[in-house]
Amino acid sequence: MKFVTTTLLIALLSFLSGLYLPWWGFALAAFIVSALIQQRPGLAFLAGFTALFLLWAGLSWSMDTPNNSILSRKIAEILPLGGSSMALILITALVGALVGGLAALTGSFLQKKKVVNPDME
Amino acid sequence: MRIIPFLISLLLTAGLIYFLDNQWGKIPPLGKFLSPQHGFWQNAEPVGKNFSGELSLPGLKDRASVYLDQYLIPHVYSNSEVDACYIQGYLHAKFRLWQMEFQTFAAAGRLSEILGPGDSDRLVKYDRSMRRLGMVDAAQRALAKMEEDSVTKRDCDAYTAGVNDYIKGLRAGDLPLEYKLLNYQPEPWSNLKIALFVKYMAFDLAGADNDFEMTNAKSIFSKTDLAKLYPAVIDSADPIVSKGTHFLPPGFVPKTPATADSLYFSNRDTLTATEMKPEKSNGSNNWAVNGTKTLSGRPILCNDPHLSTNLPAIWYQMQIRTPQYNVYGVSFPGAPYIVIGFNDSCAWGVTNAGRDVRDYYTIKFKDDTRREYWFDSAWKMADRRIDTIRIKGRPDYYDTVALTVFGPVMYDPTFNGFANVTSSRSYAVHWKAADSSNEIGTFQALQSAADYDDYKHALDHFKCPGQNFIFASKSGHIAIWQQGEFPAKWKGQGLYIMPGEDSSYMWQDNIRAEENPNMLDPDRGFVSSANQLPVDTSYPYFLGSDFPPYRGLIINRRLSQMNKIIPADMMNLQTDNYDVFAEMARPLLLRNIEVSRLDEEGKKYLNIFKLWDLRNDTLEQGPVIFKYWWSHLQEEVFDDEFSKSTLPLMRPFESTLLEALLKDTAYSFIDNINTPEKETIRQVITSAFLKAVPDLIQASKDNKITWAKYKDTWARHLLRIPALSRMHLPIGGGTHCINAAKQFHGPSWRMIVQLTNKTEAYGIYPGGQSGNPGSPYYDTFVDSWATGKYLPLWVMDMDEIRDKRIKWTMHLKPSDQ
Repeated sequence: MKFVTTTLLIALLSFLSGLYLPWWGFALAAFIVSALIQQRPGLAFLAGFTALFLLWAGLSWSMDTPNNSILSRKIAEILPLGGSSMALILITALVGALVGGLAALTGSFLQKKKVVNPDME
Repeated sequence: MRIIPFLISLLLTAGLIYFLDNQWGKIPPLGKFLSPQHGFWQNAEPVGKNFSGELSLPGLKDRASVYLDQYLIPHVYSNSEVDACYIQGYLHAKFRLWQMEFQTFAAAGRLSEILGPGDSDRLVKYDRSMRRLGMVDAAQRALAKMEEDSVTKRDCDAYTAGVNDYIKGLRAGDLPLEYKLLNYQPEPWSNLKIALFVKYMAFDLAGADNDFEMTNAKSIFSKTDLAKLYPAVIDSADPIVSKGTHFLPPGFVPKTPATADSLYFSNRDTLTATEMKPEKSNGSNNWAVNGTKTLSGRPILCNDPHLSTNLPAIWYQMQIRTPQYNVYGVSFPGAPYIVIGFNDSCAWGVTNAGRDVRDYYTIKFKDDTRREYWFDSAWKMADRRIDTIRIKGRPDYYDTVALTVFGPVMYDPTFNGFANVTSSRSYAVHWKAADSSNEIGTFQALQSAADYDDYKHALDHFKCPGQNFIFASKSGHIAIWQQGEFPAKWKGQGLYIMPGEDSSYMWQDNIRAEENPNMLDPDRGFVSSANQLPVDTSYPYFLGSDFPPYRGLIINRRLSQMNKIIPADMMNLQTDNYDVFAEMARPLLLRNIEVSRLDEEGKKYLNIFKLWDLRNDTLEQGPVIFKYWWSHLQEEVFDDEFSKSTLPLMRPFESTLLEALLKDTAYSFIDNINTPEKETIRQVITSAFLKAVPDLIQASKDNKITWAKYKDTWARHLLRIPALSRMHLPIGGGTHCINAAKQFHGPSWRMIVQLTNKTEAYGIYPGGQSGNPGSPYYDTFVDSWATGKYLPLWVMDMDEIRDKRIKWTMHLKPSDQ
């Protein structure tokens, strides 16, 4: 449960940070959440990664669909991803996820003692 | 807490964020760019987006409404002219912000600042060219003049406030896509930027000359040859003002300098500077017919300005209604007012005059510091300007420019344009666009013009770039004026670089405005212009020779034949792909081809060419065959002479070669000077064809043997990014056709206005109302434009608010209400 809670919390705070902070604001959210909620570093990374992967994939997909992929097809030519909107959504999600995961990992090392037995196990 | 892993992890995270927050080469900062809440995804405009809303705007004086129709064309209802300008600024910014700012950066020589130095410093050279030409100074002088006029100042202030109020309301995510791709931010708008845009148009339309190339040609060729290669008059030309028109005696007769023969015409100096030139075929067509030639008995006015077919499009369509006027047409994002359009009383349009208003002078500096130059028998101090050119990713570049009585020094030992060799001498430029003037005042006045006198009066403001303003009114008048302030030149003045050691070669005075070529209600029932020579040789001033003849010729021929015209006839005319140049050249080619020397493949292509209907339609092979044949013929005739020199030279115009061969089958340049024998016209025409055959076979293999595929017209994004452009458009036409669609250039706005009691108007441009590549309105009109379709221009009436064509309404109110 803790993993799911952490993931959702990171995703939620990341979304809110996106409204007010620069693009990297979600890294602070992931960092703080995993500093406060005790988890093993590996799981913390996974939580940050998953949260941002889902958030950025979801957000970009939710903007791409009503746009009929007009823009994503063009950007996927420029970047270059062979004009594939899906590839662009995937890359978007991975970039967010990598930063989110690393930020969460960093936060997890701030915890006072080792996590021995989180409820996931 | 585990300090080591923490630090490592922190470093990794920070490093990754740093990497993703910065631009590497051409790749935008990926974190910022991909972030769904900040980056490009925000520009993915939902199809069917609701543009309706209530807006409180600080700069507005009174309530106003903007009705957006199904093409996103705004119909602005405002209670005052000043509010109309404010709203226009706001809308231009809302839909075209990046483009309008980018164009002013291009005008001010600031492209390196946002794009970097470019391949082999191309963009730095571009920036230096624009700065040296004096674009910023010219804009500042124009601004002073604009702000002297209380109406222009009031309107520009309002327009600028509208743009800035839009910019102030922008969130990072709302920035146009291109800012995100290039990683920069918009600056505040200003009236100076409006002036810069006006000067950019002056550069585009009156910034071309061939003075350097012609000076080199003068050093290589004899006087007789020079006259054969660059004749002053084209026989086939059908001038704007009909031949035989009587002109006023000249108000001023310029004096040829006493030294002209020795120091100027016989001077054999050469130059190496390679100039940056605007698109050569920035031309246009316009014509108006009166009621004697139309079915309705009322005038019809047509205009299609030929400019770069850019995306976002250079034009933005709108209707503006105030208590003073009800105007419809196209505006330039970057400046207030409707530029080409019509109101409830009349219609107007423009083509480029193409007169030479830019000349160069050789400057003799005392030494390498270029602080003093020889003028009127003494060393004279030169003013100096130091330009700071900011370059993305590099330290600033400082360019020291000497300023002379003629104008700024354009080329000197530190700057030789785009040439790879250094110049030892210095050349100052004198350009009409550097004089102060208020061109947009003309458009302000035209918006509310009621009849000919208002139109005529409106033109007074317009000095540069010289334009052929065409006019038609509901009261039945048609007219054309070649408007601009043109120097009265002695014969040959400014064809070549002039001596700059005294004042004798300077421009002496301007041609009086009333002497400008014009026609009002001629008996033939129409007026027209297509960048051709404005007048015949009886006009008392020297005009130069760079005037393309063919579009004007075919337009006048067609208009003479047409009667009972309806707007649909004008659509056919504007999109006519008939090639009158080919019509004149084909008999010459067929007369002189030695068929016996052709193989089967050659005979096949020759036969296609013979049977071609002379129309540059999309699927025709004839125009491709003609194109290759003619360009090889030019090489056969001129390469031997021209390839002897490495200096910048200009090949003779296509019309020159055609007329020479039609007149004289023994035209001296036919002979190849590198062979002992004397070639004949039959030999060169046949060997040109033989050389074209392999090209045609290759084109056939590449699937480029049909005209549209060969020509490959694009609506090209300003940054030349293919993904943001519309490529390979199925459109015919070409340089010498009325439908002058070339690869990246063509009819940028086609307009037809029938001035019946209820105006009936049609138009189309190769773009869309939105500048956002992520909007479905980015390229709305491109396909219709390519296939020659038009959309009705709907002048919305107040009682049509509930019409189903209105999709969205923006209610605007002043912030304090």
